[in-house]
Amino acid sequence: MAGLSIHNVTKSFGGTNALDDVSIDVADGEFLAVLGPSGCGKTTLLRLIAGFEEVTGGRVSIGGSVVSSTELNVPPERRRVGIVFQNYALWPHMSVAENIGYALKVARVGRAEREARVKGALALVNMEQYADRRPANLSGGQRQRVALARCLVAEPSLVLFDEPLANLDVHLRASMEDEFADFHKRTGTTILYITHDQAEAMALADRIAVMDHGRLMQLATPRELYHEPANEMVASFISQGMVLPADVLTDEKKGECKVKVLGQELVVRCRKGETPRRNARICCRASQIEAVTGKGEGFAGTITRAVYRGGAARVEFEPDGAPNTGLHFDQLDPVTFEAGGRARLRLTSGWLIPAAGVA
Amino acid sequence: MTVAFKERQGQQMALTVGIVVLIVVLSLLPMARLLQEVVLPGGRFSLDIIRSGLVDNTTWVATWNTVYVGLGGTLLALVLGVAVALLVSLSDVRQRQAFVLCFVTPLMIAPQVTALAWLQVFGPSSPMLDLLGMAPPLGTPNPLYSPEGIVLLLGIQYAPLVFLIVRAGLRKLPRELVEAAQSSGASWFRVLRTVILPLMTPSIVGAAALTFVSCVGNFGIPAFLGIPANYLVLPTLIYQRLAGGGPAVLSEVAFLSVLIGIIAMVGILLQDRIAKRRDFRITSTSLPAAPYRLGRWRIPVEIGMWLLIAFILVLPLIGLILTSLVRGYGVTLSADTATLENYRFVILEHAAAKRAFVNSLYLSATAAIFAVFVAIPLAYAIAWGKHRWVKALNLAIELPYALPGVVLAIASLLLFLKPMPITGIHIYNTVWIILYAYLARFLVLAVRPTITGYFQLDRALEEAAQVAGAGLFTRMRTIIFPLIAPAAIAGGLLIFMTALSELTVSALLWSSGSETIGVIIFSFEQGGDSKYAAAVSAIMVATTFLLMLLASLFANRLPDGVLPWRD
Ligand SMILES: Nc1ncnc2c1ncn2[C@@H]1O[C@H](COP(=O)(O)OP(=O)(O)OP(=O)(O)O)[C@@H](O)[C@H]1O
Ligand SMILES: [Mg+2]
Repeated sequence: MAGLSIHNVTKSFGGTNALDDVSIDVADGEFLAVLGPSGCGKTTLLRLIAGFEEVTGGRVSIGGSVVSSTELNVPPERRRVGIVFQNYALWPHMSVAENIGYALKVARVGRAEREARVKGALALVNMEQYADRRPANLSGGQRQRVALARCLVAEPSLVLFDEPLANLDVHLRASMEDEFADFHKRTGTTILYITHDQAEAMALADRIAVMDHGRLMQLATPRELYHEPANEMVASFISQGMVLPADVLTDEKKGECKVKVLGQELVVRCRKGETPRRNARICCRASQIEAVTGKGEGFAGTITRAVYRGGAARVEFEPDGAPNTGLHFDQLDPVTFEAGGRARLRLTSGWLIPAAGVA
Repeated sequence: MTVAFKERQGQQMALTVGIVVLIVVLSLLPMARLLQEVVLPGGRFSLDIIRSGLVDNTTWVATWNTVYVGLGGTLLALVLGVAVALLVSLSDVRQRQAFVLCFVTPLMIAPQVTALAWLQVFGPSSPMLDLLGMAPPLGTPNPLYSPEGIVLLLGIQYAPLVFLIVRAGLRKLPRELVEAAQSSGASWFRVLRTVILPLMTPSIVGAAALTFVSCVGNFGIPAFLGIPANYLVLPTLIYQRLAGGGPAVLSEVAFLSVLIGIIAMVGILLQDRIAKRRDFRITSTSLPAAPYRLGRWRIPVEIGMWLLIAFILVLPLIGLILTSLVRGYGVTLSADTATLENYRFVILEHAAAKRAFVNSLYLSATAAIFAVFVAIPLAYAIAWGKHRWVKALNLAIELPYALPGVVLAIASLLLFLKPMPITGIHIYNTVWIILYAYLARFLVLAVRPTITGYFQLDRALEEAAQVAGAGLFTRMRTIIFPLIAPAAIAGGLLIFMTALSELTVSALLWSSGSETIGVIIFSFEQGGDSKYAAAVSAIMVATTFLLMLLASLFANRLPDGVLPWRD
């Protein structure tokens, strides 16, 4: 069936690379999210897979057959992929049912079968009673459901989502997220889901591809991305991780090694085969920082900001040893830290970011 | 997979080839034929035609006259148009919508109708002056039969054009720029002089160039006002030569029409130069500036503005209608003598007039419908196409409209004087040559709003159909056509209105049996039958108003700015 394989794909627009040597394999039935900051090439990737743009280099195959390469470009209408657009792209001159039935009409599916399948698709998204409405008379969430039904009715082997929830309010987002997850579980369709919302990607995806400046930074499960980022970009992008300079002191043993960071000696998790080196980087999370009382092991510094957020305060801190490295952590009530005050902190754990080029 | 690939290529190819053929036939071919006649007559390079044209004194007089009325008309149109645009956009005058509608209407009325209407207001036989007891003695020349008369009418005809362009520019003026100047302590007039007007230079210069080209190419006004005074401009000189000499003088008039083309081009190029040097691209978009409070000046300004409407619109229309009700030359109009006889005569009795109504109706409807259907794929390629050269073709479509109508008319004459090769079809002296010229000239009026429509349409609507498996032609039919049709049809309506009482092109291309309404009005007036000319014109004005109303009915489904008279 239909896995998706993106093989060394490069796409340039007039000299600048919007995608640079990207390779991603999506297994059949997998839900893969593509995550990255604005302008990193997510939409370009999606449009390449759909066939709206032609590759500059590399190739794309769907279900084992090549659809895009420098020699060949199967037109979008022949790729059997479905797309759910960010702004829904429902045809305003057709009713909901006509919108959904369009692909079947184009494929010359008989009337009776067409009506049955449209009905089925409407039922799938709980929109049966809206079949005769015009898209203009639907709410945002309802429109997105219709768009989903429209793309499902043709039973595409691959469904692409381009930030489908970006235009919806927070509450609706959560419920649509559930619906997408549910839909994926029921149909087992291969999904490529583009978003710049990390929480959304984490909640939905089997694996996440993180991109930056047109390059693939890391392709891994949500858990692995969070705990074992492959490079500084991913480390700092995912959940606002903190990246700190460190020296590796010992060889890896059982996935751990000893490092010296901000003057503190610390055991961190690491990849297999790490050896002592200088100028390494570790990644740590807010939950891995704690305040030290008295003169215990740790490092001193100044509190630069403390913002109370109900139940806890987010505290920003500048260590004396590395003045430009901002650290942040949460202090639960009772909050004692104040901006300008002095404090002593300690790391409890961390992850040694692999040396560049090893990933 | 390769089959699918080929199929798509096939539809793309068909579209591309169709567009190229169309542009070659409607734009490049006539222009090339015209140039060939001037420098390569009979296929051999020769400068004789240019030489004999240049030594002829009438050429120079007509050229000078053309430039004179062109500049004069442009200047007047600029003053009027810019002033009104500033008032409407930046001050707190009331009844804007109605005022804009009235002010823009002269643009929708054919120039020869405007000319005729004005002639009825002044002059010894003016029923209006007669009613008021102010008519000059019979035999006094009408003061409008003069270069100044031509300049006045050109200015009034094209002031709306300037207004529309400058108004569009003012709408994009971010209010921060005005407010920043005001908070630096500048008075409102100083802001106007130092910030607003300088920022508007590109719009104003662009409007000036367009107006100049329109004035230079205008035939109706100098034909009605200049020919009786023997004051000839290039378009009327060409008309007279051709009317007197027939096809024998074609090379001669070809040179003259190239000359007009060059004068128009100089205007456009000059504008381009100035616009490049003053490139104040306004990038930010924001709310329009708060209107300037006229205070106690508001009422006088409003009265002045409506007096302007009375002068440029109401007065001539009343003059036109009164003349159409007159029984005969010199008969004083009163409730007893007023008659609808003139209307009955032109609609029911006069054979050529009856033919003309039918001809013009068919011609303009055909041109409009054709343009709508062609504009949709053409604008698709221009707005959404991937190929850069298609965008260059856009210029080619603009050309026949940008150049004065006389140029295209002469080019069409040259192109179809002999039977067409291979088919042997001969359309010279038939209604078909007029249709060809209308198609070539007016197509762009439908293409422009359609392109605007595409830019306002979300491309994802088409892409959604594409991933649903629809090929190019299916998408065109089921998705694109229904969505873009309103814009294209509005363009078609504009074509219909323009072509219905068009004169410039048909004056040179008509023959017995293929008269148009414009031609009929012209020949009635030339034959001294002003009352019949006025009756036909009044019918045309009424039709124009009706069509404007009709178009306004579906205005909310159109992209902004497609209907010029809607503010
Ligand atoms: N048709 C195009 N022509 C030129 N440059 C383009 C084109 N499409 C995209 N780009 C450029 O490619 C880069 C990636 O764009 P893309 O739209 O893929 O980003 P994105 O990750 O989807 O961003 P966002 O999250 O803001 O939607 C950008 O720098 C963009 O300017
Ligand atoms: Mg995007």
